[in-house]
Amino acid sequence: MSITVGLHDFLVSRTKRAWEPDEDLFAAGVVSSLFALELVVYLEKAHGVEVEGEYLSIDNFRTISRIEKMVHELQAATP
Amino acid sequence: MIAVLGAGVMGTGIATLAIGHGVDVTLVDVDDDKLATARAAVKQQLRGAKIMGTMPKSGPVGELVCTTDLSDVAAAEAVVEAVTELADLKAKVLAEVSAIVAPGTLLLTNTSAIPVDELASVVQRPEDVAGAHFMNPPYVIRMVEVIRGPRTSEAAMDSVRTLLGKLDRDLVVVGDGPGFVINRVLQRVINESARIVEEGLATPEDVDALFEGCLGHRTGPLATADLIGLDNVADSLRVLHERTGDAGYAPCDLLLAKVRDGEFGRKTGKGFYEHGGVWA
Repeated sequence: MSITVGLHDFLVSRTKRAWEPDEDLFAAGVVSSLFALELVVYLEKAHGVEVEGEYLSIDNFRTISRIEKMVHELQAATP
Repeated sequence: MIAVLGAGVMGTGIATLAIGHGVDVTLVDVDDDKLATARAAVKQQLRGAKIMGTMPKSGPVGELVCTTDLSDVAAAEAVVEAVTELADLKAKVLAEVSAIVAPGTLLLTNTSAIPVDELASVVQRPEDVAGAHFMNPPYVIRMVEVIRGPRTSEAAMDSVRTLLGKLDRDLVVVGDGPGFVINRVLQRVINESARIVEEGLATPEDVDALFEGCLGHRTGPLATADLIGLDNVADSLRVLHERTGDAGYAPCDLLLAKVRDGEFGRKTGKGFYEHGGVWA
């Protein structure tokens, strides 16, 4: 499943609304530290990556597009 | 090293806060499974806190030791007690730990509502006991309600300020009494909000939307209750009811029914709201 589709479904299930690819999740006030954690766990399970170190930054989680970019980078770095 | 007693929601969060600020923690619980869950949760919470920028990104991370043996905390520089909100249980644990640690070691109770002096009565040195009511999640919310009991020493208060300084928290010191400031008010608000839902006057969403929209609260009372844990809310209300005799604190039927059904809020996935539970 593409990252965007799965991620969007996950966000809809948790937030009960649809999201544009470049819409700021944090500015909308729905993303808390608790939700950010759920998001990390979801991404790690769904895409077999580990989000650590420098990637643990709010900027990487701000929009669906940025999350997708980060997951692609992490996948590329995983042997 | 600081000791954290109780590996529930608050003990786990306080452990995260401490190791994230480079302070070693010995986390004690009677239940090995809870300790294993807590160890995994601390790792996740540290990452969540880093993402949200509420924890230092660099710098040393403290060591987390999990144990079921209370005597492992003998050398602790401070003890944070965060066991279940039952006066007898807290008293038992505090009495035991006060016999283990060195005299003058701060005994900081994270009680929600039990008067600090009541708990101080059971320990060997009542002057070493103070209260610190951390909010959940403690690694996100900077402000801590600190309670000075009538017998709390100045040295103990200095130790509280030193500890919270290391943990980069802000504090307000208040006097002792059932529920202190926050829970004397908040628990009543939660109970009344639940009663309003019980009476069918408003949904949980409606109640919270009003507090958020009209009063500017960041989180409404029932979403806050789900975050605290409805089991703890009911326990705290009982503590307040027993000690004040004020019937307004008697937990309402809806709250009791949810607790009976195991709907504790976020930690079980369902309370007044449904939650996606990855960090139970």
